[in-house]
Amino acid sequence: MNYQAPTTIEGAVSLLSEASGNTRILAGGTDIIVQLNGEHIDPDLILDIKRINEVCNISAENGGFRIGAGVSCSQLTEHQGVMDLWPGCAEAAGLIGSTQVQGRATIAGNLCNGSPAADSVPALVAAQAIVRLIGPDGIREVPVENIPTGPGQTSIAPSEILHSIFLPSTPSRSGDAYLRFIPRTEMDIAVVGVGISLTLDESDICTAARVALGAVAKTVLLVEEAGAALIGSKIDDNALDQLALTASAACNPIDDKRGTIEFRTKIAGVLAKRVALIAAQRARERVTGRIGEKS
Amino acid sequence: MTNIQVSTKINGDNCEFLCRPEETLLEVLRDRMGLTGTKEGCASGDCGACSVMLDDRLVCSCLVLGAEAQGRQVDTIEGMADGGELHPLQRNFIEHAALQCGICTPGFLIAAKALLDKNPDPTETEVRYWLAGNLCRCTGYDKIVRAVLHTAEEMRGTELG
Amino acid sequence: MAKIDRLEKTDGFRVVGTRPDRPDGVDKVTGRARFGADTFAPGMLIGKVLRSPHPHARIVSIDTTKAMALHGVKAIVTAQDFGEVPRAHKATLHNVMAHGKALYEGHAVAAVAAADVSIARKAVKLIDVEYEILPHVTDVDAAMAQDAPLLHEDNFTSGIDPKPEKPSNIDSFSEFGHGNIEDGFAKADIILEREFTTEAAHQGYIEPHACLATFSEDGNSEIWCTTQGHFLVRDTCAALLDIAESRLRVTASEIGGGFGGKTVVYLEPLALALSRKTGRPVKMVMSRSEVFRATGPTSSSSMRVKIGVTNDGKITAGDAHLNYQSGAFGGFIAMLGAMCAYACYSLENVRATGDEVLTNRPMQASYRAPGAPIINFAVESVIDELAGKLGIDPIDFRLMNAAKEGDRSSYGPKYDQIGLVKTLESARDHPHYQAPVAEGQARGMAVGFWFNFGGLTSISLNVNTDGTVTVSVGRPDIGGSRAAMCQMAAEALGIPYENVRTIIADTSSLGFNDTTDGSRTTFANGLAIIRAAQGAILEMCGRVAKIWDIPQDAVEWVDGFAKPCGPNAGDFEPMGIAEIARKTAQTGGPIAGHHEVNAEGAGVSFSAHIADVKVDEETGCTQICRYTVVQDAGKAIHPSYVEGQYQGGAVQGIGWALNEGYIYGDDGIMQNPGFLDYRMPVCSDVPMIEAKIIEIPNKGHPYGVRGVGETSIVPPLATIANAICSATGIRMTQIPMAPPVLLKAIEEHKKG
Repeated sequence: MNYQAPTTIEGAVSLLSEASGNTRILAGGTDIIVQLNGEHIDPDLILDIKRINEVCNISAENGGFRIGAGVSCSQLTEHQGVMDLWPGCAEAAGLIGSTQVQGRATIAGNLCNGSPAADSVPALVAAQAIVRLIGPDGIREVPVENIPTGPGQTSIAPSEILHSIFLPSTPSRSGDAYLRFIPRTEMDIAVVGVGISLTLDESDICTAARVALGAVAKTVLLVEEAGAALIGSKIDDNALDQLALTASAACNPIDDKRGTIEFRTKIAGVLAKRVALIAAQRARERVTGRIGEKS
Repeated sequence: MTNIQVSTKINGDNCEFLCRPEETLLEVLRDRMGLTGTKEGCASGDCGACSVMLDDRLVCSCLVLGAEAQGRQVDTIEGMADGGELHPLQRNFIEHAALQCGICTPGFLIAAKALLDKNPDPTETEVRYWLAGNLCRCTGYDKIVRAVLHTAEEMRGTELG
Repeated sequence: MAKIDRLEKTDGFRVVGTRPDRPDGVDKVTGRARFGADTFAPGMLIGKVLRSPHPHARIVSIDTTKAMALHGVKAIVTAQDFGEVPRAHKATLHNVMAHGKALYEGHAVAAVAAADVSIARKAVKLIDVEYEILPHVTDVDAAMAQDAPLLHEDNFTSGIDPKPEKPSNIDSFSEFGHGNIEDGFAKADIILEREFTTEAAHQGYIEPHACLATFSEDGNSEIWCTTQGHFLVRDTCAALLDIAESRLRVTASEIGGGFGGKTVVYLEPLALALSRKTGRPVKMVMSRSEVFRATGPTSSSSMRVKIGVTNDGKITAGDAHLNYQSGAFGGFIAMLGAMCAYACYSLENVRATGDEVLTNRPMQASYRAPGAPIINFAVESVIDELAGKLGIDPIDFRLMNAAKEGDRSSYGPKYDQIGLVKTLESARDHPHYQAPVAEGQARGMAVGFWFNFGGLTSISLNVNTDGTVTVSVGRPDIGGSRAAMCQMAAEALGIPYENVRTIIADTSSLGFNDTTDGSRTTFANGLAIIRAAQGAILEMCGRVAKIWDIPQDAVEWVDGFAKPCGPNAGDFEPMGIAEIARKTAQTGGPIAGHHEVNAEGAGVSFSAHIADVKVDEETGCTQICRYTVVQDAGKAIHPSYVEGQYQGGAVQGIGWALNEGYIYGDDGIMQNPGFLDYRMPVCSDVPMIEAKIIEIPNKGHPYGVRGVGETSIVPPLATIANAICSATGIRMTQIPMAPPVLLKAIEEHKKG
């Protein structure tokens, strides 16, 4: 086993290309080091990207934010701009593990780990986040929902490194939220996670909505029918009931130590309603989605 | 297997060590540096007994590689007291009987100090959620939370005075 | 003989009942305290265990050739490295190292000693074991079925007359009670019969098992380990390795929690065997996964409870049958459960029977009041339901039937002075119970019992030449007991708390001491310390009589001073312990007291719990909003640590009630061997736990102490189940009452 910590993204890409055997990219390490300690993986190279300055920052870009792959969840939740623009995404990052884990864990790692239960991913999918991958052939920009392909699997090529995740600007009167169900109040993996982003017009009618579900299928699901249930409504009880029905209908979960099929299916609907109400409230309270212009 | 040479600063002192690539900071602290105040409860980031500060950020040292400490600053429980004087949290943990067996205590103290450094006036709920990554099986958390809240109050008083 | 003022007392305490800083506090807050894994020895090797991946398999062969060939591997031990052992130690040996069959997933099959941890890990993977996989069983009821896979071909249920002709997985049967059950039920107006199940919970101590063993060429060996009882470690290891007890010195490290789980040996005999084979010290530390898969837990269970009452609220009969799953080697937990079943009640007709059931799970180990919380869940749920049917307040209903002094207990003996009625009354009058239930919440309560134990105790107390005192005890301090020991010694001698230091002596320094379990430490050590202090006081009075040249019975001991007393004493200034100690060279040498006893008279205790909960009926999630423990301590030596025991036990019980539990797949493999999915309560899961100490003195202790460590885990399961029932109208009969289980029950209830 070898450990390398390059200081440029180009250096990292070429180390990755040149490496023979199995390489694991180390960002926060809160999944990989657990697997190392448990002797579940035995990579030939650990490639630490946290010495690359450009992936350790959050930068404003086109009214949104670019979040480097090495940015910890704590950095994200401490960032007022991100908290104002995408509170649901930031809150999702703030639910991953403990305070200690959040000091290290990254949303990029959360995505790359490929877990269907990853907390930040439904929120990012709802937010239409765009992932920037860098490989030997250059840059590739991919919608976040196209990254996970199955439990522990992603569409990222072995020669590519996740460089950053871009959270776009939002229209005025937009809001997002994320909730997950866990048996305890903290420290559990989501049994179900729901991320919703929506936009209201001046008369509080929903004009756009994206609903993403975690831990109810092999990958995080973007449920278009559930979004459609909200669009055109004032997020009233009928719309919420329809949202719950469509969210539950989209579930294709498994029975495991964390929850049953029946439970997950039911909870997806329950949470979707609660999340939609929070997102709508946030949208109503916001005059415009631009940074620094929060009402 | 190649050992990696690492230069770092632990509790303010410059130090160097060799470690294997997969060796965690926790293993380095305990087995190479003799700093056994940092405890291993799970090696998976679920119990917080191995909490340390890494460049002023609260982390589980079981989820940091030793190699990552290169050029960084690590603070452990052994560096918490100022010479012979206990940190107010340490003193209050004793006075409030906030420990029974004491195995989780170093981790709780490091985590609680990180909280009070960031938020000198936390609510009970804030204390409880901040410390949710530190498992204690003995106390039921009651006296720990009281000790932290009392320390916060005491330290605020000190600053004002 | 000299007179000692108020050696036995229930009031007028000077040190007892105060809250001084614990003597090991600074060590524990600075990281200086040394726990099991915090020690090293020159030339030390690291040991690792190869564990069975199968829940039940015959071990056909073990080939260690490849592992031994790995550079840095020094020795491997298997069952072959252990000889025949006395019958009493056979189960322990076969649990420590599989003999012929692996009986559960995680069962030790071989152990390696190597130059470092990474070599040891690699070596474990290079050991080739050929297994013949056998059918397995992990469920308690399935294990009792006629066609269940047999764990031990030679297991014939004990406790049944005549002895069964066929072997089975029922290890033993026990029965307790008196009166006539049928007659009792015939007098009842209402009879309720319910069935319950509970899942196994782990003790969940944060410190994994760890030890360092050194076997010397001259036959003298040492073990440093984290344990609740180092004398037990010594005697067991000596028996397993066939060495004399005098040759093995065991030192208890600071212990990072145990709750009963560190009352058995796991790694220690393996480390010692590896050290014997290599001539080097061997250190072994378990991973968290090993702790879950190979140590503890408590029993899972299925139970049936039947209780009859008259319309005016008198219980006429109580019956219970307990099937406790006790892992691969049996135990005695169903027996303890059966004894505790109806211990809170004064009954004319009562019966409780228990089966100890073998399964392909880790050997069960004691867990805080072992067996009691499980059956308490069942009995107190039915009691609550009956109170509801009768329209009687649940505390009043319990008071109407509560056991009192002079009553015959359901497990046999007559009760001495007990505090159940006072405990219940205090719970009823508590501000929590008197407060209206908050909007959206619901309240439940239950009461629980535990015996508390005494047992073999040996302590010594030395008066140093400056008049300070060192007390050596033989039971590890698991939760602050050294403070209580210092307090009792200071109280008895009449000196300041700060002038006493208590240390945990190794096994070569004292006679045998029973383990720190059974809530015995403050009771039994304390009793012995007070008696030892008495011995030291008499000796000091004798020395003073010599100095003053008066008869010994003309000296009395009052508040830490020797004083002349009686008509023939003469006029002398009282002499304090420091002055007496300074003169020991002239008066006959060092002064000490010691006491050896099989301590009896540990008073039973009762605990009443009140919980306010909020149930999210859309998710099945239960939140504990307010929680109160009222418990009899006899006499609280250090009230803060007594409260701590109440609070800690309550929160362990809350975890067991709601979210903890072993999860097995059909493959017999534990699916949640880590703190991520074995869900112990975290700080944000619980509110402050109000702790109310009741003091009904125990006549068996000079200061009235009762054990306080265990009773607090007994009532929470039923307390929360009863609160959930108040909230939802649903009587939960399954532990844990995790959200998926509760939500399902809520949905079915709504459907009618």
